[in-house]
Amino acid sequence: MATADTIAQKLKDALSPQHIEVEDVSHHHAGHAGWRDGGGTHFTVTIKAASFAGKSRVQQHRLVNSILADELSGDIHALELHLSS
Amino acid sequence: MLDNALKTRIDNEIASESVVLFMKGTPVFPQCGFSAAVVGVLSHLGVKFRGINVLEDDSIREGIKVYSDWPTIPQLYVKGEFVGGCDIIREMYESGELTEMFQTHGIDARPS
Repeated sequence: MATADTIAQKLKDALSPQHIEVEDVSHHHAGHAGWRDGGGTHFTVTIKAASFAGKSRVQQHRLVNSILADELSGDIHALELHLSS
Repeated sequence: MLDNALKTRIDNEIASESVVLFMKGTPVFPQCGFSAAVVGVLSHLGVKFRGINVLEDDSIREGIKVYSDWPTIPQLYVKGEFVGGCDIIREMYESGELTEMFQTHGIDARPS
């Protein structure tokens, strides 16, 4: 199952960010589409990483999405990203 | 994989209006908080757009993700170009870039 810790670890390994925060916000979406009891479906991720420099917003998001491709095609229903370089 | 017929359908949808939003639900009755947020932003800027409800068509719902290499919905297209999903639209709205982008494309938009 995707957890805030496993997601953070994957992103740390791939991006060596200066700052990263991963929050499981699944409980905010209780009862919504894609939600299920126990968390792990909705995450908010904030990352500050030099690897984003010179990339458009769309490219920055695609980079993160590609790192989390397995999770996105599985457990994760929604991933809110706040990215900066 | 996106077959040619589906790709052509999506091409046509995107070309149907200057501003097209693939969303869950309709502009009047969004069925997802993220779609609702983008509708709210566009309405606030006074931008005319066409909403396409992906919940009505599973092939579009899955196809649009492959088409744009973007795993989530909503997705905003302006003059045929993918602009972003909910987070990007919100950020651009907050910084004023969104209005600028619309005006660059000759689309009326109020300042945020």
